[in-house]
Amino acid sequence: MFSRDTWIEIFDTITKNKLRTFLSGFTVALGIFIFVVLFGFGNGLKNQFKEFFLDDATNVLTIFPGKTSKPFMGFKSKRQIRFENSDLLGIKENFTFFLENISPRITRYAQVTYQLESNNYRTKGVSPSEQYFEKNIVTGGRYINSKDVKNKEKYAVIGRLVVQDLFKPNENPIGKFINIDSSVFKVIGVFKDLGGDNEERVVVIPYTTRQLIEKNNNYIDQIRVSYKRELGYIGGIGFENKLKIFLKEKKYIDPTDTKGIFIRNVSKELKQNQDFSTVLQYIITFVGIGTLIAGVIGISNIMVFVVKERTKELGIRKALGATPNSVIGTILIESIFITTIFGYMGMFAGIILLNSLGSTLAENYFIKDPFINVSTAVFATIILIIFGAIAGYIPAKRASEIKPIVALRDE
Amino acid sequence: MLELNSLHKSYKMGSNYLHVLKGINFKVNEGELVAIMGSSGSGKSTLLNILGMLDSADKGTYFLDKIEIKNLDETKAARYRNEFLGFVFQSFNLINYKNAVENVALPLYYRGIARKKRQSEALNFLDKVGLSNWSKHLPSELSGGQKQRVAIARALVSNPKVLLADEPTGALDSKTSNEVMSIIQKINNEGKTILVVTHEEEIAKMCKRVVKLKDGLIIEDKYIKQKLL
Repeated sequence: MFSRDTWIEIFDTITKNKLRTFLSGFTVALGIFIFVVLFGFGNGLKNQFKEFFLDDATNVLTIFPGKTSKPFMGFKSKRQIRFENSDLLGIKENFTFFLENISPRITRYAQVTYQLESNNYRTKGVSPSEQYFEKNIVTGGRYINSKDVKNKEKYAVIGRLVVQDLFKPNENPIGKFINIDSSVFKVIGVFKDLGGDNEERVVVIPYTTRQLIEKNNNYIDQIRVSYKRELGYIGGIGFENKLKIFLKEKKYIDPTDTKGIFIRNVSKELKQNQDFSTVLQYIITFVGIGTLIAGVIGISNIMVFVVKERTKELGIRKALGATPNSVIGTILIESIFITTIFGYMGMFAGIILLNSLGSTLAENYFIKDPFINVSTAVFATIILIIFGAIAGYIPAKRASEIKPIVALRDE
Repeated sequence: MLELNSLHKSYKMGSNYLHVLKGINFKVNEGELVAIMGSSGSGKSTLLNILGMLDSADKGTYFLDKIEIKNLDETKAARYRNEFLGFVFQSFNLINYKNAVENVALPLYYRGIARKKRQSEALNFLDKVGLSNWSKHLPSELSGGQKQRVAIARALVSNPKVLLADEPTGALDSKTSNEVMSIIQKINNEGKTILVVTHEEEIAKMCKRVVKLKDGLIIEDKYIKQKLL
């Protein structure tokens, strides 16, 4: 049945019935193409959502001070809360069960100068844990360490783009001295970050050094803490609530005051987005399956039409000695051949389109780097081929059972 | 070569049965050229269908070259048709996207003969019907007479025991009819057994024997003096 001759015969039929071949092939190619593109767009949408959280750790709480809204224990309302080093210590001592990392943050914009080059950058006074929070990748030298913090060293770790802006190409910034505003700092390391340009135009210094510059105070802008991952999402929320109670007590804030202390829980936001992402995944899957079903229906229609059109020809073939099996075989192999070739053409066209789009749709349509797993695309194509074959089998079987005399009756 | 004994066939028409063949006894020897005549409804087409294994009888026996034809499944019938029978139809029934030589070669394809051999055999038979120069032409580029000659070549290419022609000249004018009939006579003179279903007296006269059917029975069966073309 699968001899070379069969293939020549089938190929002959395909090439000599170009319109028919094109129609059925086009249906299949279009079905797969739409499936691949839609699925890819869905994935692009998901990518865009993931993007927002890619560069930061997810088990992180950021604590901001605010203004109180209620008077408490002799303090008036609208009091500005400020964190101090003692708060940092307090959290460290009281939450060992939850705590994984902790880092204060003092953000200042400053003029940074190296020789003749100068620019404005965000400087962050932090502790060594900051590296963990921001997922900074040290590409040269080292990050600040606890000894630097303790000794209030004038050391700076600078972002990749700061190096690019201030230093000559191929110049090694490590060990060089830069001015941050009017203080001289020694560059001890360079880092890069996947979070985008903004995260790489940053100068990192020990928070104690920043405090020293600012008249040796002990104020902190924000505190970032991370909790142990094994505590999970629920544990994170528990930690958040306990921290709030602890800090309110420490800073003399009414326990019922919703202002004063704010805590941003990344995992909470992430969870919402993941929920959204899951819904999105359902929608994508639904659309994908829908498209595939539409494709299968399209092929079925074409197959019914093809067999109908060929009834007389099949009758002639039967009169000349074609067995029912050879009739079914011819139709099936032909349809599988066409669906396979055109299916893969549609698939590759879709993949090429997705690849060529890249992030061009990211800005306006929230579709970033749309893609489809090749295995998913191949699987969908195979599904379409199989269902196309099944859809072709039924009319083929019917055609094979038709009496040649009926098929040959004058038109 | 071909023998029918008290063959019956009826069709179900709603709740009634239409008795089409009411006991046909009929024998054809090798090398005969038989015209089967009858008005429409006489059962001649049904008879031809049974002879062609396109339909089966309800009762009676059918021997073809001493082989009893009965209880055929579709696959077996297809094989027998391919081996024993050649068909020529009124409407030619050529495959329209295949050229003359490909049409002629088709029965050999179903017999599993190699491509080159098929091709040369088919050309051979096209030559026999005088169309070797038209081998690459599609049916749409041929005249009615030429199409029927291609169909005859196709019916003969598998070297069947019997050639069954159903109104082979029905769609042709008298001049081309004569052309086609002269080819049939030529093939018959080479020894092929041929049955021609026709309702034209003229055509029947060109055969060696005329069988007349009426209401499902043979009412006349005689050998005649053949009008040679």
